[in-house]
Amino acid sequence: MRTHWNIMVVDDEEVMRESLAAWLREDGYNVETAVSGKDAIEKSRTKEYAIYFIDLKMPGGVDGIETMMEIKRIQSEASIIIVTAYATVDTAITAMKEGAQEYIVKPCNPEEISILVSRIIKIKNLQRENIILRKKLTRQYVFCDIISKNSKMIDIFNLVKEIASLKSTVLIQGESGTGKELIARAIHFSGDRANKPFIGVSCAALTESLLESELFGHEKGSFTGASAQKKGKFELANGGTIFLDEIGDISGKLQLNLLRVLQEKNFYRVGGTEQIHIDVRVIAATNKNLTEAVKDGIFRDDLFYRLNVINIQLPPLRDRREDIPLLVNNFIEHLAPELGKDVTDISEGALKVLLNHNWPGNVRELENAVERAIVTCKAKILTDDDFGFINHRSEQKQFPIPSNITLEELENRAITSTLQSTHGNIKEAATILGVDRSTLYDRIKKYNLPRN
Amino acid sequence: MKSLVLAPFGNIDEDVMKPLEIGLWQIFGFDIQRIPAFPEPMFAYDSQRKQFSSVLILRDLMKKQTNDIIRILGITSCDLFIPMLSFVFGHAQLNGSAAVVSLARLQQEFYHLPKNNELFLSRCLKEAVHEVGHTFGLIHCSNTTCAMSLSNAIQLVDAKSEELCSNCSIILEENVKQLFPLHGMENKT
Repeated sequence: MRTHWNIMVVDDEEVMRESLAAWLREDGYNVETAVSGKDAIEKSRTKEYAIYFIDLKMPGGVDGIETMMEIKRIQSEASIIIVTAYATVDTAITAMKEGAQEYIVKPCNPEEISILVSRIIKIKNLQRENIILRKKLTRQYVFCDIISKNSKMIDIFNLVKEIASLKSTVLIQGESGTGKELIARAIHFSGDRANKPFIGVSCAALTESLLESELFGHEKGSFTGASAQKKGKFELANGGTIFLDEIGDISGKLQLNLLRVLQEKNFYRVGGTEQIHIDVRVIAATNKNLTEAVKDGIFRDDLFYRLNVINIQLPPLRDRREDIPLLVNNFIEHLAPELGKDVTDISEGALKVLLNHNWPGNVRELENAVERAIVTCKAKILTDDDFGFINHRSEQKQFPIPSNITLEELENRAITSTLQSTHGNIKEAATILGVDRSTLYDRIKKYNLPRN
Repeated sequence: MKSLVLAPFGNIDEDVMKPLEIGLWQIFGFDIQRIPAFPEPMFAYDSQRKQFSSVLILRDLMKKQTNDIIRILGITSCDLFIPMLSFVFGHAQLNGSAAVVSLARLQQEFYHLPKNNELFLSRCLKEAVHEVGHTFGLIHCSNTTCAMSLSNAIQLVDAKSEELCSNCSIILEENVKQLFPLHGMENKT
């Protein structure tokens, strides 16, 4: 285990530098040396060292403390041992305050250094083991590229397995970014149709006539620009699955056409007279409340019932916060190599920032946030600084403010909503609302609000 | 024939030199040559620490390297140090040509205990094997009974044996084969 770790000895005095390095090499570590703080900083940019022994007093403008601070900035997880011949309480305090793991006075007992180094390496080995175990754990929670340990999501995974080989239509509902298409793919690829086509169509992306032609195809000359016959997505998906995303956005005419396909399993191409028979499983998805749309007369009830044979309701990320660490680690594992970055982990502080955020854009927003943080991160671990762009004010902007409401009612709603998002955590809610805890208690009492 | 050279600094008893010569020959299999004693290494004396710099002694030993010498082991009664540490029992160049061992802290009298010559000689051989082992590329061994296990206190020296564990023996054999392909052949002839 020892040889995996690199150690750097930084000292301007050659005998001191080389003798300590030689002594540590005898213990099996890869040891390199630097003649100055500047030299050490340069070397730390290109290679990772588990431990730095840094002499406190070095000539050449960059002393031990400055060297340590710069190295900590580049490799935040490195352990720094400040070495000095003349110990003072002040320098010891400064060194420890600035992040030194240890402060030792030379000459010291050989036993002391051996214990110190092996203790640090033991912790590093445990941290490394922890990362490996966490990755293994993540794999345990992966179902067809979807990661979750949330009980609702696990129920959905089980449902997906049960219905995968059925022909019944499926309606997936959930906010934007919750993974509706991933679930649709999981259904398709877990079932008997897995080796047949999976065709996805975003119904919101096209105009009515284009969407009609896209779904059902067209005959040559059926409209201006239709220079050749074209097969539609339903035909292309024959034997497999068609995934109709944003189904809540289609026009009344298309709703009717779709209903006919679902009922009769056949259709005509645009401008065509030949009836096309198909065997396609339909999975539809929407982020809209279709029940409301049916009530409002915007969406056909008969189509809704046809689509809603099996209903899957995907929870938003804020309701499955326990998945955030798993998702983040998975994103780091996949995105960091793609982006050519050596980021391997996330700090506890940064994870807290992510856990506290409300994620209106759900998993997609989280993935984008992690990607952005990796791009700007200069160390191996993402810290809360890397997520400085997550602005809680942006969430507040999305809080709908009705026009005919009293200030008291507004306050009541704000407190209720915040308490819900923090799962009744008063301290956290008070921080978000920008008031102290006693004020929040007073308001909860005043409005007779439940804590959760 | 190339040999492993024992180089005493000052007056080192024959009672110490002979067991070292036999013990090192048994472990490493090279011909052992003893050269006349060098004067006490005053060039390495640090008046502030009242100890001798093992780094300077090693540098001096390296200068004495000739084609006939496989490795050179300095033996001194002086108390050795490197700047970072309060003392060292010995010092070697990992994969290098020179090593030095200090007898100062191997004597029971150093710890205000009654003299025990047998224990002292055993400690001398353990540390000599340890330092010469480093020159052949062996690093500290996690087996606490192996001569290559780290000993930064006298109790740890006493806990280990004068011999290499089976793993270190295999690594030594491999390293020696690479460095001196004819070594085994010489022994057979």
